[in-house]
Amino acid sequence: MTRFLLGRVALFALGLAVASVLIFVTLRLLPGDVAQSIAGTTGSPAQVAAIRASLGLDQPVVVQYLDWAGGLLRLDLGESLVTGTPVADEVAEKLGVTLPLAGMSLVVGLAVGVPLGVVAAIRHHRPSGAVLGVVAQLLAAVPVVWAGMLLIALFGVTLRVLPTQGFPVDGWEEPGRALRSLVLPAVTIGLVEGAVLFRFTRSAVVGALDEDYVRAAAAKGMTTTRALLRHGLPNVLLSVVSVLGLQVAGLVVGAVVVEQLFALPGLGRMLVSDVGRRDLTKVQGELMTLTALVLLVGLVVDVVHRRLDPRLREQDA
Amino acid sequence: MTLEIDHLTVTIGDRAVVDDLSLRLDDGARLGLIGESGSGKSLTTLAVLGLLPRTARVGGSVRLDGRELLGLPERELARVRGAVVGTVFQDPRTALDPVMTVGRQIAEPLRLHGTVTRREARRRAVEAAAEVGLPEPDRIVDRYPHQLSGGQRQRVVIATALITRPAVLLADEPTTALDVTTQAEVLRLFRRLVDDRGASLLFVTHDLAVLAQVAEEAVVLSRGRAVESGPVTRLLHAPEHPVTRGLVAATRATTWRAS
Amino acid sequence: MRRRSALGALLRRPAGAAAAGWLALLLVGALVSRVWTPLDPFTTDPYSAWLPPSAAHLFGTDGVGRDIASYVLAATGTTVVVAVSAGVVAVLVGLALAALGSLTARPVREATAVLIDVLVAFPTILVAMALAAAFGGSLAVVVVATGVGYGVTIARVSRAEIRRVVREDYVTAARASGAGTAAVLRRHVLPNIAPVFVVQLSLAMATSVLAEAGLSFLGYGASAETASWGRLLADLQKFLGVHPWTVVWPGLAITLTVLALNLLGDAVRDAADPRLRDRPAGTGRAGGRRPAGPADPARSPAPEVTS
Repeated sequence: MTRFLLGRVALFALGLAVASVLIFVTLRLLPGDVAQSIAGTTGSPAQVAAIRASLGLDQPVVVQYLDWAGGLLRLDLGESLVTGTPVADEVAEKLGVTLPLAGMSLVVGLAVGVPLGVVAAIRHHRPSGAVLGVVAQLLAAVPVVWAGMLLIALFGVTLRVLPTQGFPVDGWEEPGRALRSLVLPAVTIGLVEGAVLFRFTRSAVVGALDEDYVRAAAAKGMTTTRALLRHGLPNVLLSVVSVLGLQVAGLVVGAVVVEQLFALPGLGRMLVSDVGRRDLTKVQGELMTLTALVLLVGLVVDVVHRRLDPRLREQDA
Repeated sequence: MTLEIDHLTVTIGDRAVVDDLSLRLDDGARLGLIGESGSGKSLTTLAVLGLLPRTARVGGSVRLDGRELLGLPERELARVRGAVVGTVFQDPRTALDPVMTVGRQIAEPLRLHGTVTRREARRRAVEAAAEVGLPEPDRIVDRYPHQLSGGQRQRVVIATALITRPAVLLADEPTTALDVTTQAEVLRLFRRLVDDRGASLLFVTHDLAVLAQVAEEAVVLSRGRAVESGPVTRLLHAPEHPVTRGLVAATRATTWRAS
Repeated sequence: MRRRSALGALLRRPAGAAAAGWLALLLVGALVSRVWTPLDPFTTDPYSAWLPPSAAHLFGTDGVGRDIASYVLAATGTTVVVAVSAGVVAVLVGLALAALGSLTARPVREATAVLIDVLVAFPTILVAMALAAAFGGSLAVVVVATGVGYGVTIARVSRAEIRRVVREDYVTAARASGAGTAAVLRRHVLPNIAPVFVVQLSLAMATSVLAEAGLSFLGYGASAETASWGRLLADLQKFLGVHPWTVVWPGLAITLTVLALNLLGDAVRDAADPRLRDRPAGTGRAGGRRPAGPADPARSPAPEVTS
């Protein structure tokens, strides 16, 4: 296990490094002068030069990168170009909304997608299975934005049962209210992700139906359904785990858009507004945080998967 | 326990993959079902177990001691499978669940058909592993299939099939995936175990030489139809149908002995 | 000969035919909208705001009195341009990376393989955000972000396919009879990986349509002068409280288009591989939102969706 762990962590670190370079380089491609735009049209050349120096923009690019990267290792993401407040503080605060949202969305997606995928596979010769398949096919084609709007229209406006905008000002002090604000957003993302998980699970279970060991298990004294559930399913769930890591990327995407739609004070929404304000330091920090989270989840999932699969586990024993 | 197959027909799509097959396996008899691939022999065993693909349509009759098996609801069939009819499948690489220890898989029929405690089940599994000649039985039961060799895996499959002392044993090409040396060992094991327990054996294969070592009578299948049948020795020495003759020619005749 | 029968097989399936039909309709709509729409999509008329669907306004009007049907029609052009461009970029990037990862010297191959695995994990929307921060939002950003993002996935899929094909006997035989690398590529490798490519292309396009919708919604995609389904959603969002159901039109357009592209991809894959004919339709992936199948290269994941 240690060898695998070391290798996988190295891959994670490499991913972070590549991401940091790409993010840094892309944002430095900005045409025009950051210092100039901060100083505005009224700034004198001296003021612009002073701003540039204070931001470290007069240093060679490589030095600027190393400065920033060094800061990353200390979890220091710099200061906002617009407000001067430490980026890390704001990121941490917004994560308090985005992380629970992502978590809830994942739960919804798994709870909806996996069991229904199993059911649809068992019934794939019957109309109910086909109907489920069509619904999932539709849901997977729906843009998250639109799904959110429809849910708002249905539950928020027409039925008026759930909050559709915003998040309690005192945050998680009142967990009940906070959670209620996240329900519609989480369901929005979760349904769409669930559709993907549904299709994956269904095809995995249908594949398991053909497996020899499922039939051999039935021959020992079970109905085919039971053999599928007892032997096919654990193998299917294992492959679902291996796929989860990539699903997280979808959650990030969903979060960015959904936070905007539901006016949630999360990291995604802040990113969108900071991009508009060209607050590059903050954008750098936010992009880095989100990418690091995605890569981290991928790492954790890989390690868990390796622990669970006896074929892989014993290679390390 | 007698297994009677009467005018069995299995249709998949518009092809009759088993066409009007009749045979009778008497108590304690050892019958071979032989033919080339695609002749419908494996599907016959699946038909007995009720494990044909869902797209298949079945006609005819399959009776175990007079009780009709075709059309039985799944729950009833599940009671017959594993307890009365044991099955050894062809490919030991794929017939075992990769994420369950072999011990638990061997013991599974016991737990399905009786009330056995986990400790008792494990003890019986170790016993069964020893019986089929697996090395270090008390340690091997905690291993996973991928940790065993092909021959060892096949012994696991055999142990699983026999642990409930079924009256009928169906063996579908149990030695085809093995190398020649292991093949001979496993066949000897088969004969011994079946003899000791007095079970009836339906042995499916494409290799007449292999069949000669385990069965006394055989039915030759070609494209789903029975084309010839009789004692194995006669089929070997005086084949009548061209398909049988082809099978005889295909055997590497140096190692079989008339039983 | 093979191509013709594959196309025929594709159209014989109801899903494939419907998908092809919708996409053809879209193309026609895009072309037509360049010269004619029922009404000018950008003409505002505050006195005609929020009219329900009628003969004059097929889908009704929006908050500033624009005819939604004309706007939706005009936006098909944007969608088609984005989808095709992103698809082309994705395929080019994918092919280049795949070639780098399978036909070069060993250290280059290994390094590329690692790079591809690392890049695949990056969410496309973050790429788009980074580009938007540097260059300002635009359709070009959408195309580049999606194209590159999906291109990496295509690279991963096709690299696996190329490696598989290169090991096949017919390639060895061709080499043995004196064919050079270029000839082998042209005559044996490309035709065999072509079906995979077509599938990936349709999925790349599906992803880009979703990405354009999402990014335009956020304000970083289409500009105000360009008709876009995503922008319309953003405009209508402000009034969701009072006019909740007008969003149906642009949303439906996006969904049907993505669905058609997904189904097309599925149908092409099924038509090209006869072994898959017994599987239930749609056991493959949805464009842009698809997890990886463990050992199946044609089921590799799209990075994720931007929508």
